[in-house]
Amino acid sequence: MRWVCALALCLLPTLAGAKEALPAAEDPALEQRLMRLAKELRCLVCQNESLADSHADLAADLRNQIRDQMRAGQSDEQIKSWLTQRYGDFVLYRTPVKSTTVVLWFGPFVLLLAGLAGLFLYLRRRRTRVSQLALTPEDRARAQALLQDVDADAAAR
Amino acid sequence: MKSLRFILPLLVFVVLLMFLWVGLSLNPREVPSPLVGKPAPAFQLARLDDPAKTLADKDLRGQVWLLNVWASWCTSCMEEHPVLVELSKQGVVPVYGLNYKDERSAAREWLARNGDPYALSMTDADGKVGIDYGVYGVPETYVIDKAGVIRFKQIGPVTPKVLSEHILPLVRRLQAS
Repeated sequence: MRWVCALALCLLPTLAGAKEALPAAEDPALEQRLMRLAKELRCLVCQNESLADSHADLAADLRNQIRDQMRAGQSDEQIKSWLTQRYGDFVLYRTPVKSTTVVLWFGPFVLLLAGLAGLFLYLRRRRTRVSQLALTPEDRARAQALLQDVDADAAAR
Repeated sequence: MKSLRFILPLLVFVVLLMFLWVGLSLNPREVPSPLVGKPAPAFQLARLDDPAKTLADKDLRGQVWLLNVWASWCTSCMEEHPVLVELSKQGVVPVYGLNYKDERSAAREWLARNGDPYALSMTDADGKVGIDYGVYGVPETYVIDKAGVIRFKQIGPVTPKVLSEHILPLVRRLQAS
């Protein structure tokens, strides 16, 4: 009995998926191309989901529109620009490099380089400072006395 | 020199705090529309009151008008509805409704029950014109000038504040030009 339930549970997702897979049966190549493109596009309703994953009404409508445009022979680039004309660059998960996005694209690397340069300068300055430090005879005598104290303590114990 | 060691991290922290503050106060749901400043997309749609007649964007040239995207299933439309009804009473600017992905009977009933602020409403049953206008969350409102150029877009309900501070001053300016 138990394994029948387990089998039924295993089959459940395939049954549930059967309905949504319908359009793919018509033209698998087109559907594959649609899904590949839709994965790179953001759904505007659930903003953390791609157009491929989203169950929002608008996402389904947009997928239909993209499907129609693909059938009409539009290229992926043409479809993307059709979408950005309406919804802006926001729909693209890969932000295009433009004058307004230069800081976004290269800012982190500039900051990283600035940090590395700062670290390099700091380390170099510190090294020269350490090597310039010379001990005076008094310093040596004091160090010697301290070390002897430590030795005496250890011997007493 | 010594004091700089303490002030510098503090300055960096303050700058960081400012960035975070601005970032938190932005609303990620408000996606700036690329359509502002561009000609309003063309449409020709059946009227809600009489499906035999159509309304096109060209019919509205030469005047400043508002396009309000609404639906009877949309709960936040209820929120802005009194504001639009009040605006229509003033008669400052005509509001045209785009009844988005709705059923005709439900939409007409909704208007009969809540009042009809629209000069006319047209039906966009499959949402295609909505997509042309970059609609992603009903309600949305557009200010369109005499030449048919979109000048402003409000995402979400029109509040009295948005109306008096942004929409109405803009409408007056556009009407005067």
